[in-house]
Amino acid sequence: MTHSHLTGLLDTDAIRKDFPVLSRVLHDGKPLVYLDNAATSQKPRQVLDALNAYYERHNANVHRGVHVLAEEATALYEGARDKVAAFVNAPSRNEVIFTKNASESLNLVANMLGWADEPYRVDADSEIVITEMEHHSNIVPWQLLAQRTGAKLKWFGLTDEGRLDLSNIDELITEKTKIVSVTLVSNLLGTVNPVETIVRKAQSVGALVAIDASQAAPHAVLDVQALEADFVAFTGHKMLAPTGIGVLWGRQELLEDLPPFLGGGEMIETVTMGSSTYAPAPHKFEAGTPPIAQAVGLGAAIDYLSAIGMDKVAAHEHAITAYAIERLAEVPDLRIIGPRTAVDRGAAISFTLGDIHPHDVGQVLDEQGIAVRVGHHCARPVCLRYGIPATTRASFYLYSTPGEVDALIDGLHHVRNFFG
Amino acid sequence: MKLDSMYQEIILDHYRNPHGKGLRDGDAEVHHVNPTCGDEITLRVKLDGAVVADVSYESQGCSISQASASVLNDLVVGKTVGEAQQVQEAFLELMQSKGQSEGDEEILEDAVAFAGVSKYPARVKCALLGWMAWKDATAKALAGRPSITD
Repeated sequence: MTHSHLTGLLDTDAIRKDFPVLSRVLHDGKPLVYLDNAATSQKPRQVLDALNAYYERHNANVHRGVHVLAEEATALYEGARDKVAAFVNAPSRNEVIFTKNASESLNLVANMLGWADEPYRVDADSEIVITEMEHHSNIVPWQLLAQRTGAKLKWFGLTDEGRLDLSNIDELITEKTKIVSVTLVSNLLGTVNPVETIVRKAQSVGALVAIDASQAAPHAVLDVQALEADFVAFTGHKMLAPTGIGVLWGRQELLEDLPPFLGGGEMIETVTMGSSTYAPAPHKFEAGTPPIAQAVGLGAAIDYLSAIGMDKVAAHEHAITAYAIERLAEVPDLRIIGPRTAVDRGAAISFTLGDIHPHDVGQVLDEQGIAVRVGHHCARPVCLRYGIPATTRASFYLYSTPGEVDALIDGLHHVRNFFG
Repeated sequence: MKLDSMYQEIILDHYRNPHGKGLRDGDAEVHHVNPTCGDEITLRVKLDGAVVADVSYESQGCSISQASASVLNDLVVGKTVGEAQQVQEAFLELMQSKGQSEGDEEILEDAVAFAGVSKYPARVKCALLGWMAWKDATAKALAGRPSITD
């Protein structure tokens, strides 16, 4: 296959040298073809080195020691916060809360609103709006909040093409709506959602908006000011960082008004046996010793991505995704679940292959060294919507190559022959 | 090739032509799911005295789970509940063997073909889905608590 017609590709030969795991050879000589990036990304040497350097030279608890290591660890941890703030164009570094992952970030928002005073409090008269394409991490926290408060949970449906159905937006988002929580990019369908339309509508009724950017932050420029949302959640491990570090960005005045969720060390101002007062945000929301090394690793990942440029990462993935969609069309009985064009689309492509179950597809691909995700991808309502039990999902990143797309296509032909 | 140890021809045959599929009259019904992959089975057991008169099922899932339910039907229908439970226990032991057991062909017949699956931890649950549903349904039938819900 010739790939000379593809434009906007990164120098993947150079980039792949930074990722030790990508040179692995599996199953008697099959080079690893890692196409499970929507689940988690691989880590470059630069991030691994930052983790090692932290533990080998600077390890200490943050914000409390007066010794050299404590000061260094604090500077590194807070430096990572600066990097995140710059990466998402936050107006203030104090708007960046470190969590352990996007699920915790979204649960934090739900709990802030459950315990808040008016006007933010979610109660039995309130409505919560989500969408049918959310990851379970942006469904279940809202179900819990609704069950505990008596609030009503509503959601946008999906079109047959895998887009959000906004036709009933005026019925869904009303004066009763307290919070709208929506994903920027679907982890299963790959759809990039027109969140600006939803934000405008929410603003017109005085509702808050939370955006799950887990599948967006790793892949394109993320600008929280341009989004005009109130909260933006994402996770580090999908963007070259270690597991165990996530981010919740929130507007400063909200973070000042909203109550803490987890209590403990680090989040207080003064404590008596009767009551406590709280540190200002972001520390109010970071009880206990935080994931320090992981935050430092996230900072290194951001440095790595920023040196390449998120616009260039996006262009690379767009070219790879368009090429993959074009080539997947060659495979008989293959049905893409989600948009069948690369327009307003991320780099995760889900599909079914005739009546061959995704488990079997994934197993036979694995034997050829190709790693894909199979199942419902923690978005079971999407599978129900399209009447399928599960899908196979290939998802790309900045180190993915057109040659890996070709390997996937060859692998899928092999799957068909195997079960044919 | 390693893959062939999982996808034995006998398994693929059962997958393509499952035995006893479809829901028929039963004394008890259960619905089991594998939450990691969405595989599902609805299974009914019909007892005639001490004998397993029928095992009927509707299922969706991968080749391993489909073939396993088909082999289950072959192996337990016509046996006494006690004999069938021995087969079920032997199959469970085989699937938990991590590739270390070949299975007793005297007891397990076609089901020894699943020995290779036991090397793949992610797929053991697929192979056991129908068998665990049968165990559950049989216990319900024996307890005399018909629970046909559909």
